[in-house]
Amino acid sequence: MTSLVIAEHDNQSLKATTLNAVTAALACGGDVHVLVAGHQASAAASAAAQVAGVAKVIHVDAAHLEHQLAENLAEQVLSMVANYSHILAPATAIGKNVLPRVAAKLDVAQVSDITKVISADTFERPIYAGNAVATVQATDATKVITVRTTGFDAAAASGGSGVVETVSAVADSGKASFVGKEVSHSDRPELTAAKIIVSGGRGLGSGEQFHAVMEPLADKLGAALGASRAAVDAGFVPNDYQVGQTGKIVAPQLYVAVGISGAIQHLAGMKDSKVIVAINKDPEAPIFGVADYGLVADLFTAVPELIAELG
Amino acid sequence: MKILVAVKRVVDYNVKVRVKSDNSGIDTANVKMSMNPFDEIAVEEAVRLKEAGVATEVVAVSCGVAQSQETLRTAMAIGADRGILVETDSELQPLAVAKILKALVDKEQPQLIVLGKQAIDDDSNQTGQMLAALLGLPQATFASKVQIADGKATVTREVDGGLETLALTLPAVVTTDLRLNEPRYVTLPNIMKAKKKPLETIKPDALGVDVAPRLKTIKVEEPPKRSAGVMVADVKALVEKLKNEAKVI
Repeated sequence: MTSLVIAEHDNQSLKATTLNAVTAALACGGDVHVLVAGHQASAAASAAAQVAGVAKVIHVDAAHLEHQLAENLAEQVLSMVANYSHILAPATAIGKNVLPRVAAKLDVAQVSDITKVISADTFERPIYAGNAVATVQATDATKVITVRTTGFDAAAASGGSGVVETVSAVADSGKASFVGKEVSHSDRPELTAAKIIVSGGRGLGSGEQFHAVMEPLADKLGAALGASRAAVDAGFVPNDYQVGQTGKIVAPQLYVAVGISGAIQHLAGMKDSKVIVAINKDPEAPIFGVADYGLVADLFTAVPELIAELG
Repeated sequence: MKILVAVKRVVDYNVKVRVKSDNSGIDTANVKMSMNPFDEIAVEEAVRLKEAGVATEVVAVSCGVAQSQETLRTAMAIGADRGILVETDSELQPLAVAKILKALVDKEQPQLIVLGKQAIDDDSNQTGQMLAALLGLPQATFASKVQIADGKATVTREVDGGLETLALTLPAVVTTDLRLNEPRYVTLPNIMKAKKKPLETIKPDALGVDVAPRLKTIKVEEPPKRSAGVMVADVKALVEKLKNEAKVI
């Protein structure tokens, strides 16, 4: 029994989400191999070989794998699938995009977003925006799985001694091509990897106020900056700030929700955080139902006070 | 150009779901059902492409119980021209739905297939990608902008680092994200008009598709409850708690 984990990387470094997927793969039992498919991504492949528990890294290099388009990456995985009992990827934009193609071509069901491995074929996964947890058994020969990264600890990034094997790339599908990318630049930690997240909602009122109020707080705490769907829909911040059922799923040590009412969809994305703080002027806001510490206050006075108090 | 849109009947997004006492699933008796919100966005996008003169016909498809006809009528009230219901009482998992949709695409030959990125009941996020793979077509998931010109779809996608734009040859599969559009309110005259639009019903067998589930649900449980904490009087008390009680800063 051997598992293949599809690495998340940017052709330079290995993304931390890969480490959570490796832990899930180890829990399935057997050896763990990691596929690093990209362009000039040998640094990421070397990093993957250092991950504790990884026996082998399969490195594929081709210009048409640079952007990890679903059509090409899925074919690459399918070319090597015969050797594996489990195929896993973190449930990120790339993993969610690619893996169902692999499952469909293998004629197997995919188990999405697992949060726990019960046995080699049985897994827990949240359904209905996390309002229920299903235990499902995959009856197909190959298990195709996306991993909710907050459900698994990260494997140690060093201490492993995997071998790196180079494999040639499958041909370009030619049906999809990369046109461009608008990357939001930020010096702050990534949302899915941050220990502390401060998140703002519609209560901030405008994009200017969102940045003016929330950024100093994020800076003070060394936190990542998140937002509710309402704040994203209102155009305060870009889409990749969104925490929730259809945005990012996070579970930091500390989550500070500012001016967020706490719609079910938002709670689904952050309720596994260790400590939740809510600041909202509405004492009836549902966010207080999940908060460890609630403060009923006007955020425009409370947040600056908080920054001052933190020294 | 013909567009095929897939729609699913799900528990309305405003309903607080309850787990059945025997842990076999979610209680859906006497619960309000609606069209999956992402699918509504898919229908809206298809109809806008027709209104813009890009598409000539919009066909809405649903798979499931007989009541899914209501979901198809909603799609037709938004502006779809006709509906196809693949009717079954069996549990349908994403792979089975993708196979049904493939059979319909083979028959209808649309140039564009639009689906919601995920259904808000099982949260699988699989069907569109599976359909694209079975058809050997390119895909653009999590779309926030779709443009069709010169036999190509140029699609902007919401990805983890921001936005990514892809160009796909047609035919292609697109799945919708929240910010692609804001679906219109359906008006009474359009609801009345939708009742007169053609709605065809077929069985999965007639399409030669085996819909047997591949994932076995062992049990469904309530998630661990998070107990409400304490209210603090002021910012000073909050910082004191975070430092000395929770020890997170």
